[in-house]
Amino acid sequence: MDAAVEIADLVKTYGARTAISGISLRVEPGEILALLGPNGAGKTTTIEICEGFRTADSGSVRILGLDPIADATALRPRVGVMLQDGVGGYNAAKAGELLGLFASYAAYPQDCAALLDAVGLGDAAEVPVKRLSGGQRQRLSLALALVGRPELVFLDEPTAGMDPHARRSAWELLESMRADGVTIVLTTHYLDEAERLADSVVVMDGGRIAARGTLAELTSAGAEGQVRFKAPPGLALRGLTDALPLGSAAIEESSGRYLVSGVVDPQLLAALTAWCAGQGVFAEGLAVERRSLEDVFLALTAGSAARS
Amino acid sequence: MTRTAPSGSMRHNPDAGPRMDFTPKPAAAPLRKMVLSQAAMEFRLIIRNGEQVALTLIVPLLLLVFFNLPMLYSLSDRRIDFVVPSILALGIMSSAFTGLAIGTGFERKYLVLKRLGATALPRAALVGGKTLAILLLEVVQATLICALGFALGWHPHGNPLLAVLLLVLGTLAFGGLGMLVAGTLRAEVVLAVANLVWLVLMFCGGIALPLSRFPDGVADVLRLLPSAALSEGLHRILQDGSRPGWGVLITLVIWSVGGLAAAARFFRWE
Repeated sequence: MDAAVEIADLVKTYGARTAISGISLRVEPGEILALLGPNGAGKTTTIEICEGFRTADSGSVRILGLDPIADATALRPRVGVMLQDGVGGYNAAKAGELLGLFASYAAYPQDCAALLDAVGLGDAAEVPVKRLSGGQRQRLSLALALVGRPELVFLDEPTAGMDPHARRSAWELLESMRADGVTIVLTTHYLDEAERLADSVVVMDGGRIAARGTLAELTSAGAEGQVRFKAPPGLALRGLTDALPLGSAAIEESSGRYLVSGVVDPQLLAALTAWCAGQGVFAEGLAVERRSLEDVFLALTAGSAARS
Repeated sequence: MTRTAPSGSMRHNPDAGPRMDFTPKPAAAPLRKMVLSQAAMEFRLIIRNGEQVALTLIVPLLLLVFFNLPMLYSLSDRRIDFVVPSILALGIMSSAFTGLAIGTGFERKYLVLKRLGATALPRAALVGGKTLAILLLEVVQATLICALGFALGWHPHGNPLLAVLLLVLGTLAFGGLGMLVAGTLRAEVVLAVANLVWLVLMFCGGIALPLSRFPDGVADVLRLLPSAALSEGLHRILQDGSRPGWGVLITLVIWSVGGLAAAARFFRWE
């Protein structure tokens, strides 16, 4: 089966500035891929090349097995697009009218009223686009991308400017789409969004791919786990260290707050709780911690943050 | 930092209503349907825009009344027979040039054209939709101008079909120029240029003032302007009851072909 998106050795420069320096990536049909990265990492340029808005300097891009520019006529009905920053639609049109217009471009469009409800704009159908709030515009923009029943959607910062409630509704919508077989490529600054939605994550930095993988791969790679708990201060930790698997360590970070680090697996937890039981200690707030995507992201992009 | 567990309960949000089916079924609508719905949308947006309505409908009607007053300069005793063809030409210039240029220029600025470029709507259908909307606007406009003309005692002569042909040719000539301006300049500059050209052509392009009032050498040059050709042709038909003349037709055809070709070549969608 063709990849939904296949990019090989993509390079794009703007004058002297290299926006993308030789990236390759593949999006499987039916998955959600999140492109993460700081501003200027090349996320939007990558997406806009996939959408056919920009041409690559070198490298190849295949969307659903086709060329984004040469095969644009065949691709456009199959691909839904959400641009960054606003709707990019007629400002004076009403929200429902604009969705109806986009629906008229498709042979089998979604029911507009139901789609407006689904994105939480059921009450705003008669409101002109220019009077919508930023979050409402984003939701309309999402509806415009979906109305033609596309098989692949490119969403550039889909939930930017949405309130937390709207973001969660949007996430649910994207999860339903994935369940129905739609492939989704999105860019985001929100790490919780990528954590919640993405089957695979690509972290871009300075026009290169800094890391890629599933969420589990990214957050566990090279990461030792940690366990924290609270207990009476001044426990004799030497006995605990001996009881734990080799390579683990236990310290009292501050009075009554303990940190155990090592490979966190059932054996380590069993040894820890058995030792606590032996000491007659109740370990309060026992919590297993892994690296979050945010930790990974910050570590990977620390260089570009320092440069800017 | 702890990793937050995905919350499954959110999927059963009672506000969400029945779950939508997103199973892909992509296909473009028939071209005819796209062009018609695009035209309907463009026309509604024009009618809803106060400045566009003023420019294309109200100002021409006011100028019709104004130029019919014997204040500025003297004309033949059938003054209204000169003024109505002039205002018809002005209306074409308002709709197909100034209105189209400003509307399209701001659509470019606000990324409407970019966004539409990512839909199944082909560019030809977009241009077709715009053309239909402008033609519909011109029908409304010409109807109002003629009605007011009749009320003021206008007696047209000549073949009305020839006049319609000339109006369509004028629309092509000005439409191409309007798209050229809209697609190559910044929206704010388009606004200024489109209005300035409208004003200059009204007074120096054979619309408000007969070209016979200019010195001969100057008039011969001004006669080559699209406004002058359109206006002269309309006057020959509707005022004199004769034919527009080959010079007029050739001038308008050259402006149409040149303007549309240049627009197609230089128009930048973003």
